[in-house]
Amino acid sequence: MDGGTLQASILQFFDYQVIIDNWQLYLSGVFVTLQLTALSLILGFVLAVPMSIMLTSRKPWVWMPVWLYVYCFRGTPLLIQLFLLYYGAGQFAFIREGFLWPFLREAWFCAIIAMGLNTAAYQAEIFRGAIATTPRGEIEAARAFGMSPFRLYSRIILPSSFRRALPAYVNEVIFSLQSTSLASLVTLIDITGAARIVNSRYYTPYEAFLSAAVLYLVITFVIIWLAGGLERRWNVHLARPTS
Amino acid sequence: MKLVVATCAAVLALALNTVSPLQAKEWKTVRVGLEGDYPPFSSVGPDGKIVGWEVDYMNLLCEHMKVKCTPVQQDFDGMIPALQAPKFDAIMASMSITDVRKKQIAFSVSYYNTPTRFVAKKGANIEISPAGLKGKKIGVQRSTIQDNYLTDNYASVAEIVRYGSQDDMFLDLVAGRLDLGLGDSLQISDGFIKTDRGKDFEMIGPNLTDSKWFGDGVGVGLRKQDDDLKKMFDTAIAETLKDGSYQALEKKYFDIDIYGG
Repeated sequence: MDGGTLQASILQFFDYQVIIDNWQLYLSGVFVTLQLTALSLILGFVLAVPMSIMLTSRKPWVWMPVWLYVYCFRGTPLLIQLFLLYYGAGQFAFIREGFLWPFLREAWFCAIIAMGLNTAAYQAEIFRGAIATTPRGEIEAARAFGMSPFRLYSRIILPSSFRRALPAYVNEVIFSLQSTSLASLVTLIDITGAARIVNSRYYTPYEAFLSAAVLYLVITFVIIWLAGGLERRWNVHLARPTS
Repeated sequence: MKLVVATCAAVLALALNTVSPLQAKEWKTVRVGLEGDYPPFSSVGPDGKIVGWEVDYMNLLCEHMKVKCTPVQQDFDGMIPALQAPKFDAIMASMSITDVRKKQIAFSVSYYNTPTRFVAKKGANIEISPAGLKGKKIGVQRSTIQDNYLTDNYASVAEIVRYGSQDDMFLDLVAGRLDLGLGDSLQISDGFIKTDRGKDFEMIGPNLTDSKWFGDGVGVGLRKQDDDLKKMFDTAIAETLKDGSYQALEKKYFDIDIYGG
């Protein structure tokens, strides 16, 4: 078999028709994936900022509860956390009859909560590291101006930390994107869920999952591209001088 | 460089060409793919071994074929790829004989045939029609004939929720995340309603048997080129029906006839 026929036979193996017939399924999957990623990141961010400040405290009663939270959520797989929330909560009658059930009933809600709580732990660690390495001079200068602790954080420490945390944070965004694929295990039809349906209906695992992989790659590329722009804008003072 | 390309080509050609090395051999051992999450047909016992009617029937068939059978556990939606891989040589996973599957694999003659039905909470009073199912959440096991039936008939009115196993669907029925479930009537009856967690549920609507979706009963799934193995299974199934051993085994598990003609 020469190169040409081999290439032709591989192309022949890829059944485009299956993907073309199901493009709407994949498109709605992309929408669910983006929604899960964005909402869980926002929830994580809102929780992570106060937690990261608490983590840098010297008082044990302030940092220890947060440390324990971070330890638990980083120390167990996200899939276990998701199953605990989704299947675990449904096991108890008092939860099923409780006021939270209309929310916990929805797989979508469970996925966002589990992923949000999980990424909050990672984000808190990223911000804690950035806060801890804030240059002493910036803080001393702010104190010399007579800034209150609140103003010190909102004007100096947090903006400065966010800038320096950006590269690590982008990593966390990408990790969050990939971990949304677990949502297909609690019946959501995200990109992975769409691929599983196509695979099981047409018995074409190669086409189904390769298409999903390409979609994740494209989304990741957009995230990296956006982050690059943001980094150039925010961290212009940290860039190496170019001659 | 040329050598690298040639090697890659050869490896690819081998990898893509998964069929044929098993042709023309005499069958002494047969590896059988079972699901293990579909009681009472197959479930994983406390010791990790797969038990159930389908396992016992597999052993009965293998006795008749005079071969040694090894069960291999596999999730349902990966059954056909695993047969082609080849991770095992035959599927006995309550797999219905349908036209779409026949494009991929061969089937033995049917060894049981039970109707499909809806299941819902007692007194839910849901009418099985496009109007009655409007806006309802219906659970189903992914890539089953029931999934195809729902997708083709009710996808535009109802929300279809797909699960990896029938058991996950029952969990969500009990939790109240679903209004209805669809499945094999015998499996719903014996695997759910007759158990403690399913006591508040009942089957509703008619027996669904239309062969356009529900095929021609359950058969042993086999690779197309293993014609000799198909003949062995066909003969063995006919023998067990004739000598009464099928009926004797059936009585141990069910109070109705599951063969269904």
